[in-house]
Amino acid sequence: MKIIEIKGVTKTYDLKTMPVHALNGIDLTFQEGEFASIVGPSGSGKTTLLNIIGGLDDPTDGVAIIDDVDLTSLSGSNKTLFRMRNIGFVFQSFNLIPVLTVAENIEFIMQLQGISKEIREKRTNELIEAVGLADKRNSRPNKLSGGQQQRVAVARALASKPKFILADEPTANLDSKSAENLLDIMGKLNKEENITFIFSTHDIRVMNKARRIITIEDGRVIEDHIKH
Amino acid sequence: MLWSLSWKNVWRNKLRSIVVIIAVTLGVFAAVFILAFMNGMVDDRIQTVIRTEISHIQIHEPGFQENNDFSLRIKNADSIVRVVSQTNHVAAVCKRIVISSLVASAETNTGVKIMGIVPEAERTITNISAKMIEGTYFGNNLKNSVVIGQKLAEKLKVALHKKVIITLQDINLNITSGAFRVVGIYETDNNMYDESTLFVRYNDLCLLTGMNNTEAHEIAIMLDKDENSESVKQVMTNEFKRLEVQYWMELSPEAGYLVSSMGQYMAIFILIILLALCFGIINTMLMVVLERVKELGMLMAVGMSKPRVFFMIMLETVYLTITGGFIGLVTGYLISKHLERVGLDLYFWKEAYESIGYSSLIYPKIDLRMVAITALMVILTGIFSAIYPALKALRFNPSEATRTE
Repeated sequence: MKIIEIKGVTKTYDLKTMPVHALNGIDLTFQEGEFASIVGPSGSGKTTLLNIIGGLDDPTDGVAIIDDVDLTSLSGSNKTLFRMRNIGFVFQSFNLIPVLTVAENIEFIMQLQGISKEIREKRTNELIEAVGLADKRNSRPNKLSGGQQQRVAVARALASKPKFILADEPTANLDSKSAENLLDIMGKLNKEENITFIFSTHDIRVMNKARRIITIEDGRVIEDHIKH
Repeated sequence: MLWSLSWKNVWRNKLRSIVVIIAVTLGVFAAVFILAFMNGMVDDRIQTVIRTEISHIQIHEPGFQENNDFSLRIKNADSIVRVVSQTNHVAAVCKRIVISSLVASAETNTGVKIMGIVPEAERTITNISAKMIEGTYFGNNLKNSVVIGQKLAEKLKVALHKKVIITLQDINLNITSGAFRVVGIYETDNNMYDESTLFVRYNDLCLLTGMNNTEAHEIAIMLDKDENSESVKQVMTNEFKRLEVQYWMELSPEAGYLVSSMGQYMAIFILIILLALCFGIINTMLMVVLERVKELGMLMAVGMSKPRVFFMIMLETVYLTITGGFIGLVTGYLISKHLERVGLDLYFWKEAYESIGYSSLIYPKIDLRMVAITALMVILTGIFSAIYPALKALRFNPSEATRTE
């Protein structure tokens, strides 16, 4: 089932010296349950594309349709609401809330959604188990390794039961073992729970795990390869 | 959720938060204490004016207050005293003779205001009898006794039991003199009053001046409460239409001015403190916001609405302000309350204070209304100070903020 459709998306930044064309007419679709990786050199437009899919940025032209909703037509506050209900984010530098424990960080988005305490706690426990951090549920982020923090970030992204998860360079700050571990967890969640993951990455390990690799250069898709 | 998150955020940089809380505490403490101190000082001065120098209400012949003209005497003083004593809220009433005259000792002489009083009645009006430092307040029945202030005794270089000569005008406008013996020396908190006012018996002064003993220049009235001054004055004005009835604020314009101006001085003082707090808080909260660009970006990216981000920053600021404000208010209140009982003795400035009519022993005066108003102003300052940093947080673009290094 198609959940993301990008049609004719361009993005131009008006810098003082000259306009920069970050994206030059991107057309892409993503099906439910994909484990896709967007790759390309620095400045190729990976992050810009991810931001537009995630509703964090607006395209200069074209549309981004998520589950039949055109993100470009939504107002700022509606877009925020849409992100909260439909999209999970995993950031390169984890971006956990340092004053909250592992469990509280995971629970946070559910609280924003107004989910009842009972359901929140049940879901939090499931997710903590799923990312293998049951013994760290009451630890603060500064007591965790980078890999553990990123696993919490994945659990947090999953907490709101999003339609898909966008992960911007999720393994960039991790050592090999932590990166492998994280990818295994995400792969497992993808297979067992049919959760869609879309990465932007330079990391060969991510590319090896991905079942679809979209290569971007100069703001254009130059290759869209699906592994069989 | 936001309430607890904001509270936790306050303690993320403990040292900085503690410094801000201490600054707010000191500011609020200073505001509360100075308010209580000034209030106590003004109240003390007013009580001195009422209970030592003037009383609540005085009745004179029209024009007497302007030039102390000896001939402007109330003829039927005793009957007026009787009527006044039966009026509601009147606690005590007495008649006085007031004459500007010359007093001389063997060494020197000076101009003074002589108060011819009935000591028994006067005791119920003014508290000079309680301020005796030597001798008694007309304790013996000696004829031609005089009670003088310490400063006047020093000026005249006279001691207890010494004689002074009082020279004044009699009812026939002739100059007349009388020898009076010092039977008591008093000391109030007002040097100028002590140096210029002396007391003799009403009957002695009647004999010296030839005045009829039903006459007086002044009828002094003490009420049950200060607040009744204006209303009772109105009643007296209606009762004695021909006479001039004035209450303490009119009799001592500087005391009235003190009351009306003190509110303005205090407001300016509080405003300065709150402005300093305001800029301190804005500075701190801007640092807080700019340090957390990435985190705030993440919160907005994952779906925290702008009003919630705004509210979170506001809450953090208000928590800081309320914590410091609460400690400052409580300590300010408790210390002021304690000093209200025991007094704050600024003895090293005694001379300076007494030269302008104030006591150097100050009893700060505080009430819960004052504390509540200060608390409200501190909270409003906290909220006001939070607006700019919170608006600044809303300007972040989440996609850029999450990638900030």
